[in-house]
Amino acid sequence: MYFGFDNISIAYGKRQILENVTMDFEKGRITTIIGPNGCGKSSLLKTVSRVVTPQAGSPVYEGKPIGQYTPRELAQKIAYLPQVHVSPRDITIRTLVSYGRYPYKRFGRGLTEEDRRMVDRALELTGLTELEDRMLNNLSGGEKQRAWIAMTICQQPEILLLDEPITYLDVGYQVEVLELIRELGERLKITIVMVLHDMNFTARYSHRIYVLKDRRVCSYGPPEAIIAHDSMEHVFHIDSQILRDNRNGCPFLIPEKLRAEQRT
Amino acid sequence: MGETAKKVKQSLGYRLTVIAVLAALCVASTLACTAVGSVKYTVLQVVEALFDSQAEAWMLVWNVRLPRILCGGMVGVCLSLAGCILQGVMRNHLASPSTIGVTSGASFVGYLTLVAFPQFRALLPVGTIAGSFVTTMLIYLLAYEKGVSPVRMILSGMAVSAMFSAFNDIIRSFFSERLADATGHLVGSLNGTVWKDLAMILPYMAVGVFVCFFLPAKMNILMLGDEMANSLGLRTEWFRLFLIAVASLLAGASVAVAGLISFVGLIIPHISRLIIGSDYHYLFPTSILLGYSFVVICDTIGRIVLPVGELSVSIVLSFIGAPFFLYLLRKKNIA
Repeated sequence: MYFGFDNISIAYGKRQILENVTMDFEKGRITTIIGPNGCGKSSLLKTVSRVVTPQAGSPVYEGKPIGQYTPRELAQKIAYLPQVHVSPRDITIRTLVSYGRYPYKRFGRGLTEEDRRMVDRALELTGLTELEDRMLNNLSGGEKQRAWIAMTICQQPEILLLDEPITYLDVGYQVEVLELIRELGERLKITIVMVLHDMNFTARYSHRIYVLKDRRVCSYGPPEAIIAHDSMEHVFHIDSQILRDNRNGCPFLIPEKLRAEQRT
Repeated sequence: MGETAKKVKQSLGYRLTVIAVLAALCVASTLACTAVGSVKYTVLQVVEALFDSQAEAWMLVWNVRLPRILCGGMVGVCLSLAGCILQGVMRNHLASPSTIGVTSGASFVGYLTLVAFPQFRALLPVGTIAGSFVTTMLIYLLAYEKGVSPVRMILSGMAVSAMFSAFNDIIRSFFSERLADATGHLVGSLNGTVWKDLAMILPYMAVGVFVCFFLPAKMNILMLGDEMANSLGLRTEWFRLFLIAVASLLAGASVAVAGLISFVGLIIPHISRLIIGSDYHYLFPTSILLGYSFVVICDTIGRIVLPVGELSVSIVLSFIGAPFFLYLLRKKNIA
């Protein structure tokens, strides 16, 4: 397994969140994890940054459980962008992006030439070069998200995990951020795993989709197989129309009515 | 503040200038505060006395004023650094050694040490440091639930503080004779400080300050939240524990020589952040220098403000610090 989750179970106290979840992500592809609220999508991603410790199982990188790597080694391979970001309000974009070099920092040393080049490159790739001296709290939602993505790119990761990267953004910024993610994935050959709530964006930007439901993986496949009438009814208890978006080459979901009697 | 003003604040030149000015302020405040008092000297006389044991001012400057001023300065350094670190650990600007009850815990164990081993005065800082560490851990665990909640932190700090003050009162009333010559030490005053006290705080302060030179990069990463910091390869739990130990070392050492001194650890990191920004590479030195001058000046104010006798430094600091604390509480973005 290149990167994935091996038989992970997670419980918070007595509440079982996930049971024996195994996922195997295709290298260089975008995989999106979807599922009802509270199904453990975010918790699953958090096991990689070791904020959540699974009861059993582990994320796996290059065939080995991540516990066998030092946090530093791992940070050079896997970058993670949490849903909620905290930071001091008075730092510039450039400073934030430079924090992405932390996994490469030598004890007692400042930024090297190489680090500066990587910061420049990350700023350029995310179109933030002009804005590099702007303060974080003077940015629009989309710019802020781009700055954080630039920081993760600066880590030079092979794998990028994004927890609901478009949740707090308006539709314009949502498209902007997802386009950026897709473009970065292709250009830098990064394997991307994200959690999304919007089915149509999921259909449009993912190569593969994992569906979590009732603590387990309930299905896996390309958008055409997952964003489908029966699957949506089973997972979200909705009646839906599925159209075909020919311009983007993906299915398009129109949710109809809730099958209330089935929702428990 | 405008965007340009902010840009100026980010520039290296501005930051180095601020640090240089503050360093000059430390020297100036030391000299000026040594000069003033019941017997007044000129700064020139003070400088003369520093290098010439025959000078008229020598006795008073060397034996009375200088140890007290240097000691006060070091207390300021320790407390403001401890405050800086604790605000980082709790990721909250209301944290400081006194607001979360660390100094009261320290003085409690300090009293215990004095009562149990009256003959070993050198053990006092060990006791106060241990007290600081245990109290900080206690507050951290009480206030922690997916991040430190500011309200819980302040409330647990208040409760723990009140509990330790009660213990302190009990010890003071039961062992008054054993503590007769020690009360000055733990009540928050620099009166009667001698070189021996300076020797007591200096090594701990030196270690604490030295360690802080290696922390800024990690502190900056920690400010991005645990999830982000972890995924950048920082072992946040260990780092926090380490920081709590360093802050306890600093706060404990300060309590051992000056007792309960409030608000320095709260105000100084704040003002420093206002003038230099929140990058710990600059925040630490700014806090160190500002903390030094602040306590030296406040202690001197207490020394000269009354026609007869003096106000202890903790009283002066409370007069300045309490309103400042209330102002911070009123501000919306405290967390």
